[in-house]
Amino acid sequence: MNFDFSDDQKMLKDQAHKFLSEKCTPKAVRAVYESGSTYDRALWKQIAELGWAGTAIPEQYGGLGLGYLELCVIAEELGRALAPVPFSSTVYQFAESLLVSGSEEQKQRLLPKVASCEIIGTLARAEGVGAVLPKNIRTTFRNGKLNGKKTAVVDGMDAGYAVVLARGSDDAGERGLQLALVDLKQAGAKRRAQQSIDPSRSHAELTFENANAEALGKQGEAWSDLNRVLDRAAVLMAFEQVGGADVCLQMAKGYAMERYAFGRPIASFQAIKHKLADMYVANELARSNAYYGAWALSTGARELPLAAAAARVSATQAFDFAAKENIQTHGGVGFTWEFDCHFYYKRSRELGLALGAQRVWKDKLVTQLELSNAA
Amino acid sequence: MDFEDSPEEAKFRAEVRAWLDANAKPKASRDTGDALGEDDKTSLKAAKAWQAKKAEKGYARITWPKEVGGLGGTPMQQVIFNQEEAKYDVPNTGAFAIGLGMCIPTVMAYAGKDVIARYVKPALRGDEIWCQLFSEPAGGSDVAALRTRAERDGNDWIVNGSKVWTTGAQFSDYGILLTRTDPTVPKHKGLTMFYLSMKSPGVEVRPIKQASGASGFNEIFFTNVRIPDSQRLGEVGQGWQVALTTLMHERLAVGGGTGGGLDVPQLLQLARELEIEDGPAIKNAAVREKIADWYVRSAGLKYTTYRTMTALSRGQQPGPEASIAKIVVASKLQDLSAFAMELEGEAGALTGEDALDQGAFQMGWLSAPGLRIAGGTDEILKNIIAERVLGLPQDIRVDKDVPFNKAPTGR
Repeated sequence: MNFDFSDDQKMLKDQAHKFLSEKCTPKAVRAVYESGSTYDRALWKQIAELGWAGTAIPEQYGGLGLGYLELCVIAEELGRALAPVPFSSTVYQFAESLLVSGSEEQKQRLLPKVASCEIIGTLARAEGVGAVLPKNIRTTFRNGKLNGKKTAVVDGMDAGYAVVLARGSDDAGERGLQLALVDLKQAGAKRRAQQSIDPSRSHAELTFENANAEALGKQGEAWSDLNRVLDRAAVLMAFEQVGGADVCLQMAKGYAMERYAFGRPIASFQAIKHKLADMYVANELARSNAYYGAWALSTGARELPLAAAAARVSATQAFDFAAKENIQTHGGVGFTWEFDCHFYYKRSRELGLALGAQRVWKDKLVTQLELSNAA
Repeated sequence: MDFEDSPEEAKFRAEVRAWLDANAKPKASRDTGDALGEDDKTSLKAAKAWQAKKAEKGYARITWPKEVGGLGGTPMQQVIFNQEEAKYDVPNTGAFAIGLGMCIPTVMAYAGKDVIARYVKPALRGDEIWCQLFSEPAGGSDVAALRTRAERDGNDWIVNGSKVWTTGAQFSDYGILLTRTDPTVPKHKGLTMFYLSMKSPGVEVRPIKQASGASGFNEIFFTNVRIPDSQRLGEVGQGWQVALTTLMHERLAVGGGTGGGLDVPQLLQLARELEIEDGPAIKNAAVREKIADWYVRSAGLKYTTYRTMTALSRGQQPGPEASIAKIVVASKLQDLSAFAMELEGEAGALTGEDALDQGAFQMGWLSAPGLRIAGGTDEILKNIIAERVLGLPQDIRVDKDVPFNKAPTGR
């Protein structure tokens, strides 16, 4: 039994932790909140120098070719630090879309630039309120031209490229879908900043009017390709969520130990102790589910869809719970702009929605249980 | 990251398998287990025979030194043995769990060589069964509030009082007994530990009928029971320190509860077979959402166990994450079985022959309140996580420095 990260992977995690606790303090997150900028450019540049974006990108495409377990430990630290950089869109979603669906030529052309952070990329799915379903996709991709509108695209203001879920034929169902790769620096692609619950993760509406685009992967396979990308991203995102949830527990503990009420630290009241114990239980369950996801991702196991759904649901639940109860433990000050608690509250919900809501992932999870029963 | 044995582990697993093949038959199908040790007496004889067979090979307690009848093995080897043994149709040796898991380790820590030589091997072989006599009507979660008195009488002690929730006392030969020897000092300071024969004159065992209808626990009454001072474990007044040794082992032993084998697979099976308003229950979004909630808790626990085993396999101390198991299992069992009964509708109220699967979910639901209490209530376990894992301060204890006989009791 070797269900843990290796010493080298733990060392990488420590290095990432050290780096981020210096360069990405809550002050840096606050700076993004208050400056109105879309991300921390200085931090992104340093992350580029460290080569993190290429952690799981094979060497032949300019990456470090280390692997997904290494990317998982970095993700946990990025989540812990609430790093306001376009890492998850670029690495977990855009790069993975290329790896899953891209032609050799597309991978050769774009992945090296992703690995070096020259390209910020994203994945555009939703077109309105409600779950992303094949029947709701109206954006079209015909004869190399993309038309339509995408909403709530994370890092859409900064992305140079987007993978867009579009309709490539008259087939109104899953089979008619096509992924399109589009360069956003063209007249036919417009972007508009959208306000969101988390000002440290920028959102944009993308509008395409006869934008030049190229096919990514085959028509008819777009929906299953997309789900393969989302499974991978869910595992990586789960590590960010687990990292964030862990910080919330530490913050709540720190405050409860220092804060006196009724003549004693509030950490000595069972109402607080049990709350923090509940957080601990949820966080450990989420961590264990995320580890299983990491194993499935790194080995390409056929269990990945189930493992990813479990990791996603568990991590979303843990981060949501820890973030809201962290504010509750702080009391009134926890709800002030000045304290950092709200950063985590907002990020927890944002991450919980970014790859699709819990409802959707719970449904996927049970579908996978049904499939494995049938097999 | 992988789930493979190391070469040494694989070798040990093969040895264990070969021994099990020679001595037992593989299980035909999964059994549902026994959440609260509600075994009947007829199976005790078979359990003793199996235990003796394991003891001959050193498998009865793999981590114990060879001198006392163990194998001198590692915790990981114990885990491997348990995994392999679970695949075979062997008698349930739960009757020995408390003795070997808690009582005998306490005896080994505090008794002299002669006593250890006399008692450890018979317990290992299952020839003698031990029980743990701590909880009282006035001291459950607050064990140190116990009132059973032991008063000195020459070279003996005279014990009067009662104990409750004692698992297996009805078939136990010996017990370790926590008593109050000095009520004039604060509660933790006036306790003393003994071991005694359950056949001693003045000991009376009465089964407790549980809310589930079963009787796995007992009340024990002590009337002028005489215990020689030579059967004292630890110093007079040091009983609490001795008890902590025992309780430390209790959490390890009870922590691994499975909840009687009722889990997501059984609920899934029900949801597949059952038609509700809009078709099969498994197609219903609300049902799917519940199944997913319990699945992530179940899977989270399973992989937490894998993390613990990884630490053991590397020869490290497991992290504190192992302490979450019982809290998660017990309330999941309660909620999941109640939900299954909801799906069953009006017939969900039935038990026995008329109920679906002989009322498996109903029995799970009936036993769940006990699982949330036995071996540390949910609330005590959360205190333990808060204090020992997270390092939060203890609650203020108003009776801490007060002589026991002056502490508020509420009656």
